[in-house]
Amino acid sequence: MHTMAKSFSLLDKQTLWQTIIDVFLKLNPLHLVKNPVMFVVEIGCILTTLLFFQALFGHGEERTSFIMAVSIWLWFTLLFANFAEAMAEGRGKAQARSLKGARRDVMAKLLSEPNRDATASVVPGSQLKKDDLVLVVAGDTIPGDGEVTVGVASVDESAITGESAPVIRESGGDRSAVTGGTRVLSDWLIVRITANPGETFLDKMIAMVEGAKRQKTPNEIALDILLAGLTLIFLLATVTLVPFSIYSVRATGQGSPVTMTVIVALLICLIPTTIGGLLSAIGIAGMDRMIQANVIATSGKAVEAAGDVDVLLLDKTGTITLGNREATEFLPVEGTTAQQLADAAQLSSLADETPEGRSIVVLAKKEYGIRERDIKSLGARFIPFTAMSRMSGVNLDGREIRKGAADAIEAHVKARDGGFPEEAKSIVNGIAVQGGTPLVVVEGSQVLGVIRLSDVVKGGMRERFSELRRMGIRTVMITGDNPLTAAAVAAEAGVDDFLAQATPEMKLNLIRTYQAQGHLVAMTGDGTNDAPALAQADVAVAMNTGTQAAKEAGNLVDLDSNPTKLIEIVGIGKQLLMTRGTLTTFSISNDVAKYFAILPAAFSGIYPGLAALNIMALSTPQSAILSAVIFNALIIVALIPLALRGVRYRSLGAAAVLRQNLIIYGLGGLVVPFFGIKAIDMLLSFLNWT
Amino acid sequence: MTANGILQIALYFIVLIAAAVPLGRYMARVYSGEPVFLSRLAGHMERWIYRFCRINGAQEMTWKTYAGGLFLFNLAGIITLYLLQRLQGFLPLNPHGFPAVPPDLAFNTAVSFVTNTNWQAYGGETTMSFFTQMTGLAVQNFASAASGMAVLMAFIRGVKRTLSQTIGNVWVDLTRSVIYILLPLSLIMALLLVSQGVVQTLESPARVQLLENTMDEGGHTVSGQEIPLGPAASQVAIKQLGTNGGGFFNANSAHPLENPTPLSNFMEMLAILLIPAALCITFGRMLKDSKQGWALLAAMMVILIPLLGVCLFNEQAGNISFWQMNIDQTASSLQSGGNMEGKEVRLGVANSALWAIVTTAASNGSVNAMHDSFTPLGGLAPLLLMQLGEIIFGGVGSGLYGMLMFVLITVFVAGLMVGRTPEYLGKKIEAFEVKMASLVILIPATVVLIGTAIAVVINPGLVGISNAGPHGFSELLYAFSSAANNNGSAFAGLNANTIFYNATLGCSMLIGRFCLMIPVLAAAGSLARKKHVPAGAGTLPTHTPLFVLFLVAVIMLVGALTFIPALALGPIAEHLTWIR
Repeated sequence: MHTMAKSFSLLDKQTLWQTIIDVFLKLNPLHLVKNPVMFVVEIGCILTTLLFFQALFGHGEERTSFIMAVSIWLWFTLLFANFAEAMAEGRGKAQARSLKGARRDVMAKLLSEPNRDATASVVPGSQLKKDDLVLVVAGDTIPGDGEVTVGVASVDESAITGESAPVIRESGGDRSAVTGGTRVLSDWLIVRITANPGETFLDKMIAMVEGAKRQKTPNEIALDILLAGLTLIFLLATVTLVPFSIYSVRATGQGSPVTMTVIVALLICLIPTTIGGLLSAIGIAGMDRMIQANVIATSGKAVEAAGDVDVLLLDKTGTITLGNREATEFLPVEGTTAQQLADAAQLSSLADETPEGRSIVVLAKKEYGIRERDIKSLGARFIPFTAMSRMSGVNLDGREIRKGAADAIEAHVKARDGGFPEEAKSIVNGIAVQGGTPLVVVEGSQVLGVIRLSDVVKGGMRERFSELRRMGIRTVMITGDNPLTAAAVAAEAGVDDFLAQATPEMKLNLIRTYQAQGHLVAMTGDGTNDAPALAQADVAVAMNTGTQAAKEAGNLVDLDSNPTKLIEIVGIGKQLLMTRGTLTTFSISNDVAKYFAILPAAFSGIYPGLAALNIMALSTPQSAILSAVIFNALIIVALIPLALRGVRYRSLGAAAVLRQNLIIYGLGGLVVPFFGIKAIDMLLSFLNWT
Repeated sequence: MTANGILQIALYFIVLIAAAVPLGRYMARVYSGEPVFLSRLAGHMERWIYRFCRINGAQEMTWKTYAGGLFLFNLAGIITLYLLQRLQGFLPLNPHGFPAVPPDLAFNTAVSFVTNTNWQAYGGETTMSFFTQMTGLAVQNFASAASGMAVLMAFIRGVKRTLSQTIGNVWVDLTRSVIYILLPLSLIMALLLVSQGVVQTLESPARVQLLENTMDEGGHTVSGQEIPLGPAASQVAIKQLGTNGGGFFNANSAHPLENPTPLSNFMEMLAILLIPAALCITFGRMLKDSKQGWALLAAMMVILIPLLGVCLFNEQAGNISFWQMNIDQTASSLQSGGNMEGKEVRLGVANSALWAIVTTAASNGSVNAMHDSFTPLGGLAPLLLMQLGEIIFGGVGSGLYGMLMFVLITVFVAGLMVGRTPEYLGKKIEAFEVKMASLVILIPATVVLIGTAIAVVINPGLVGISNAGPHGFSELLYAFSSAANNNGSAFAGLNANTIFYNATLGCSMLIGRFCLMIPVLAAAGSLARKKHVPAGAGTLPTHTPLFVLFLVAVIMLVGALTFIPALALGPIAEHLTWIR
């Protein structure tokens, strides 16, 4: 798989500068207000800064150096969170820049009619409208998204897909879509433009990777609400400490009420800044991982929905099985040896360039050591397959060898007053029942035997499907085959269910049935007839090689056109949710240690007994509070790599995944800050900064 | 902790579960409209009520209609109860000749009983006529309990139904709760209490000759005593069963005529947790997944038992100041030992601690000992149980729906952690549900903290505090925690019958009740409209020990962390100062 994303380094000078500038631009309250947690942090920063200036002019509520230190680290908390977001965006922006390179304004040859010799006027590509016809010749860049109406050409699509091998684009069929910014290498095409300027695939991709059009996904919105709720709760819990401590000072006659600086420090330590600061970075990074997998999501919602998918519809051919059937066995009838049958079968297939034909030649060589012969030197005449005869074969030295479907051969034999043996019939039926395709071989009017053609299930599919099953995803194989064949392949591949003799309507109905039962359905497709089903599916992956209609209907486009990519996409979707969930848990469980650091520091002046809560034995109240604030800021930085990379997803059952993540992030979140805060406190005392 | 005490507590929980299971199954049948053994008798009554009130029991309601009906019903309750108190001087059954209850106290009491709080800023035997007690307070004991159960049923239907706009009929839920469940149970309970000596009479106060004459403040000799009587047993039965907690007498269940014997004490404690525990079973039964109900019950127990341990341990350990004076506080055959201040000798330490825990776990609030006299940490446990939002058993119905809101939050975070849009019992938990659940958690916490914050800085608040230092602060925090979470128990010590406290605590109770019912019903409506997602291997199971533990962790982190700073300045500071 080619990945273009990996080629951009963060240390790329331009990216780095842009990131640093963004970190400060993102301090804009109008930007931060969208993230309630970080907005509260910013207010806290401003407040402590004002308190610092007040202290500077001699009216400080705490030591000036202490207020300054708290204020600086609160600003760092904010900047670190901005950095995480800018960094995630930076990676996307770097990709966008390279994509924009492909959007050079090219001159297009606008045709008046779909005819190579029609009069052409040269206009800028950016002025092309829907349904304009343009001529693209070898060496030209295709000026916009469109469909080939005339011609066939090889096209270099590496600017979009990162794949350097050229692809063939031709009019009609499922290979007719071309993308603006790609280059014609040979021959020529007449393209009907299908997208107005600014709406092309390339434009969409650029907007997507830049994050400009990034909307919050449903789970992200729900999480935002929860985080805002927690922020409010902790805001109340800390702000009410002012009256509570005023009362306590009055009641005991000692100590002093808690200061604003300490309240702000406590508040910001308690609110879920870790997840709040990394939330948007996680979302952007999730999209980015999709792009690294060479999948373009047309909405963030699709990425998230991918994690929820529990039914996967997979086309049999090309996804589960290799594209073509292969000969796997020669079954002679009574009176013929397998050797003879194989020899005849090979002879009849020497000139047959279909994959089935090739596989017969290969099998005969492999099983019976019959070497491939040159059909020309034998003086044989090849009889190609026609729709009329539904047979192919060879005439050689008076031998007439034919192979074909059973009914065609039966008719052929009967016409020559031959008999179609019962044995051959039963072999044919046997093969069909087992899901194979029987090809009967006949010489003259004598039936020699049957070749078994079988679907060959791709290596490792069984394991992948059982992995999916463990993840709770049901796999359904879609095929045009008859139910018997379908059942056999389904059993071999280990899918949960299959749909045989599928038509586009049946596919659509199947998806609707699953959805009505509450399932979320994912499918891949490339043809125009897949479009309705793609539009209905919750997660629809269109192949980049597919038609424009399919690409429009899907919400994800796989640039590699690899149908098994769905499995990867599901993993990325799950990873995205898991990263959010685990960091939320981590963030909240951090609070326990922070209480133990800050409460004794804030209140042991009023109630000296509360010093007993200082179980970390932090050196001074100021150092305790500062250590908690510093820890809170640094943990964001420490978790940026995790946020960008995502929590590792393993296909265990839900309960096992929860157990694992709770131990790592729940228990870890409880324990880690105790050590972290203590270590920072020790460092501060060592440096004598307290 | 003594072996005897632990044995009694163990027996309590065994009997509780043994009784909760059949009751839970019975309630599931009642709410599902299936026939039960009371159907013949109660069915007639039910149909008669519908005919009389022109209710069409088959009519389904949207969540808004349901909520509207419920609020009108409760508003009518508040107005009626207010008027009954104000007019009791003109009404019959007033042998003491009590005058009208002052407006602020009448408002506070009306709100208190309708919201199932039963905060009592008055003394029953010196304020309320029998008529007010019987037709006002006792009636609202039934009505408020039924309201809580109705909302729970609406929520259960929300989870159960698919693509439905409606969540049941509020009048049917209210009626069934009362006549199939609360009335029969109260009848049995009242008879059992009478057998133990709880009074049930409309007689005037009894006058008795004192064994030894005494002097009053004016120096006059007093030779007789007036002992107030009344229809107590009938009211005590529903006060316990409906997690109301409003005592007939001022001393509540510490009063010998309200709770005379250890057996009556045991039965009353049992009645406190009976319906809340049984509703967990009902929940599982109605959703055809019993394990879900057991999981919730288990989560409640996992929080309850350790806090009971904290309370019992500290109470039995006794008063530190007494130890310093070399006063023997160990349990022996001659004395119960431990901190006996404010406790009834006939009940002892273990039964007082157990009562304090179950009455605050459930939003009951009746007391058999003075919580104000508990050790700081012994008092912390009941305080924390209220601050968690009255969801550890909690009020009838309201406790479980509150717990279910925490479950939604837990499911949401846990669901994300396993990489799937969270779902609970086949329903996807999305932004709206998270918003509603957050509100349910946020609102009571806000009321407690802001209420306490106002009271500690302004004079009308400060004058009510009778103890100095952190203990005074605990009293205030306790009062607002109790009111906002609809518990109703008092730390005592606080003089709450002032205009300031009657008004602020009254509002706290209203917000704590109805501002939570709205989001719960809204969430029920939203869930009912959703599709049912079939469970698969990728679905997070919500009945496993792992999930229960995570739920407990979320409750403790979200529910308890909010109050840690406040608790640090109250009971924790008191305890740490005391042991120094």
